[in-house]
Amino acid sequence: MSARPDTLGETRLWLAQRFSAAVLAICVVIHLGGIIMTVQAGLTAAEIIDRVGGHAGWFAFYVVFVLAAAIHAPIGLRTVLSEMMAMPKHHASLLALVFGLFQAALGLKAVWGFYRLGGGA
Amino acid sequence: MSTGSLSVSVWRGSKKGRFADYDVPRRDRQTVLDVVTHIQRYIDPSLSYRFSCRVGVCGSCAMTVNGRARWTCRTHVNQVAADGRLRIEPLRSLRVIKDLSVDMTDFFDKWAKAKGAFEPTATRTNDLAAIQPGDFKRRQASAGIECIGCGVCYASCDVVQWNSDYLGPAALNRAWTLINDVRDGGSRERLAAVAGDAGCHACHSQQGCVESCPKHLNPTASIAGLKRAVAWAALKGTL
Repeated sequence: MSARPDTLGETRLWLAQRFSAAVLAICVVIHLGGIIMTVQAGLTAAEIIDRVGGHAGWFAFYVVFVLAAAIHAPIGLRTVLSEMMAMPKHHASLLALVFGLFQAALGLKAVWGFYRLGGGA
Repeated sequence: MSTGSLSVSVWRGSKKGRFADYDVPRRDRQTVLDVVTHIQRYIDPSLSYRFSCRVGVCGSCAMTVNGRARWTCRTHVNQVAADGRLRIEPLRSLRVIKDLSVDMTDFFDKWAKAKGAFEPTATRTNDLAAIQPGDFKRRQASAGIECIGCGVCYASCDVVQWNSDYLGPAALNRAWTLINDVRDGGSRERLAAVAGDAGCHACHSQQGCVESCPKHLNPTASIAGLKRAVAWAALKGTL
């Protein structure tokens, strides 16, 4: 007996959420470390943009960060909606998908804007 | 020796009903099951409840006592009613037949859905399987094998309450013990049966089952083991 398609789908979503959580754990540590270091160094916003803004490596890092968050959060939201709001699974999936796309679009827009402010692209 | 009285509220009815109040003589070393039995024998013979062994072997006397699922035969009144008050209800998440008796059909059907039956790979002509007590898989199976199916973990699980299809801690724990049984040949089907949002992936690891298990088992750890096993099977394409 193989798993039913919906069971396989749920398993893949679970895996996606765990993998994205692992990525997020690393990203959050780097992100918070960066904030603490810049605050301790007394850098202004202009100086931060000047150092980090146009950097392709930081751009790639934050793209990964945003995409991991946009995968992780909607899967959890889908579970919350179906369990706590008693929402049918397909409705919860649709809402979570819209939320994830919105989250990804806003995050990528911010990352792109920061990259361009620093002289990238 | 009687030492005062207890004020006891007991659920009467089925899904719809009310709490009835009784005064029960308090005694030394009195269990909650003693209290329920006193009510049924001396105050109201129409009270329905279930028990058998009275010594924590059968698991049939589980009820909700002051908000928490417990074996009533192994729960002393002194442990739970310091103020002399008891509120006794049927187990959560199971259909109430009458008063304190619940229908366990769903609970045991879910054991079957989780492929909780042993699938032998040998016949009577084969030699006995030699399994060392210290073997890793044997120790994983042993950690969960003492479950007696009382339903306390099931009634303590919030996910069961939110998602009526969820197989629950006991059935998943049973599946995990069989997956670690090297004599069993049904693990592939079993992993497919316990995956998904009615299975191990629905568990939030809140550990209500661990907190309440009268046998001090850890179904959450068993479910975590299932999640790992299912994940590997999915990655290998064998799910």
